[in-house]
Amino acid sequence: MSRLSVELPGLHLKNPVMPASGCFGFGREYSQFFDLDILGAIMIKATTPEPRFGNPTPRVAETSSGMLNAIGLQNPGLEKVISEELAWLSRYDVPIIANVAGSQIEDYVKVASEISKAGNVKALELNISCPNVKEGGIAFGTVPEVAKEVTKAVKEVSSVPVYVKLSPNVSNIVDMAKAVEDGGADGLTMINTLVGMRLDLKTGKPILSNRTGGLSGPAIKPVALRMIYEVSQQVSIPIIGMGGIATAEDVIEFFYAGASAVAVGTANFVDPFVCPTIIEELPKLLDELGFDHISECTGRSWKQNETVTNNRS
Amino acid sequence: MIKKERMKVLNHKELAPSIFELTLQGELVSEMNQPGQFVQVKTTEGTEPLLRRPISISSYNRSEKQFTMIYRAEGKGTTLLSQRKEAEAVDILGPLGNGFPVHEAKQGETALLVGGGIGVPPLYQLSQMLVAKGVTVIHVLGFQTKSAIFYEKEFSELGDTYIATVDGSYGTKGFVTTVIDNLEQEFATIFSCGPTPMLRALESGYREKKLFLSLEERMGCGIGACFACVCHTGDDPTGFSYKKVCSDGPVFRAGEVVL
Repeated sequence: MSRLSVELPGLHLKNPVMPASGCFGFGREYSQFFDLDILGAIMIKATTPEPRFGNPTPRVAETSSGMLNAIGLQNPGLEKVISEELAWLSRYDVPIIANVAGSQIEDYVKVASEISKAGNVKALELNISCPNVKEGGIAFGTVPEVAKEVTKAVKEVSSVPVYVKLSPNVSNIVDMAKAVEDGGADGLTMINTLVGMRLDLKTGKPILSNRTGGLSGPAIKPVALRMIYEVSQQVSIPIIGMGGIATAEDVIEFFYAGASAVAVGTANFVDPFVCPTIIEELPKLLDELGFDHISECTGRSWKQNETVTNNRS
Repeated sequence: MIKKERMKVLNHKELAPSIFELTLQGELVSEMNQPGQFVQVKTTEGTEPLLRRPISISSYNRSEKQFTMIYRAEGKGTTLLSQRKEAEAVDILGPLGNGFPVHEAKQGETALLVGGGIGVPPLYQLSQMLVAKGVTVIHVLGFQTKSAIFYEKEFSELGDTYIATVDGSYGTKGFVTTVIDNLEQEFATIFSCGPTPMLRALESGYREKKLFLSLEERMGCGIGACFACVCHTGDDPTGFSYKKVCSDGPVFRAGEVVL
């Protein structure tokens, strides 16, 4: 499996495939389907200082090749995530990336400083891009100066490297990426969901109780690829790419765009075995495409000086 | 244990306008052991629609490795499903959730089974299992109109069966509660599945009975991971405690969750 291994700040990944935050809970449900040890890492559900119930239902609505969700960061709160969920996950030999959320800088600082001390948490994913929390969240992810400030604050207290999850709901994604890089981010994860809406044909009202929700699934893949393509050429920190990945081919495409690892989100809901399936298929695909190691794929879309003859048939 | 399998279509027919009965065969049936569970059905090979559709199991036969579900073809996904032909394969994830507690009704007792519309199907397996253990069953089934009725004969073979239609075109005019209020038979336990307003009416009207409700909610994954189908618990109705309809339910004891 060494041809799939990836080294990133804080993360020694046996393969570059991990479930995305919010799409895998804290792993318990999926542990009945496969051994979580085979995963490159696990991005656990967002953690806030206090427990959150989240939004009223309906919380999901389907769209063409995608879905809208407005869960609202439901989670048991920092204390229980550490004492119960992370403790349970410690039976697995898999690095955990803890998704840190909040509605004010103090929230991020509190969660980051405590959760980063858990032994199996190898990196943080700073969630400044959840579109479903009224109090804030995304407010931190749409103004570059604010994003930089929260990144800096978290970096000061975190015991592990900090990745910042970027929102696609901005006019200039590169400005955001550069701002958090300036703030000391060790890496980026991108993209979070796109804000969207669906209306009920009979009532004329939004289907989601939150009115709007985050669009995910194959529908957003082209947007994610474009943003990673733009950002990866402008920053020097690595990117964990996500947005509609469901196959090994999707993974390679994200690497070509500039990602160094990937996260699989919505596809877990459709097929609980999707992560193991992708991990199994990647070496075969590398063979077909003529690569020895997956890292050779990173940034292939824009790397000027690379020969492109190795996979011509 | 939950399995994912491409199961073979043995039989697929329309029982009433837009109501389909689909019988599938495969190894996954060996995991079915309680009435009221459901499966997640991938209605198409592609990504449109993307998510699976939760559909309740109406009956299963482990020795034949077959199970039957009855669903309404209403949206895009179920309409696509309704076009699947015999011998084709359907991608199924299941069995999922916790079904009706058959053990709550004892031999010699009488149980009332109350179904509304597309909530009727899971009561069929339940009724068969209750009858098999010596429980007397009474069925009260509610439908919109006469043409929407299905399985009346099948239920009648197992026990007394009363039908209510909203428009009065068949049976009692009104709702299932209209029928139950006028029932002369005594019963100790109620098992029910149907629209939330019906479940609420049962919960407020029959508090003194042992009452079990099967809930319906929009789902994402069906396995408890996505937190789409979450509801508050009865003992903490505005707090942080919760149950997931898909993996803690869909069947709950009345009062366990907030309807």
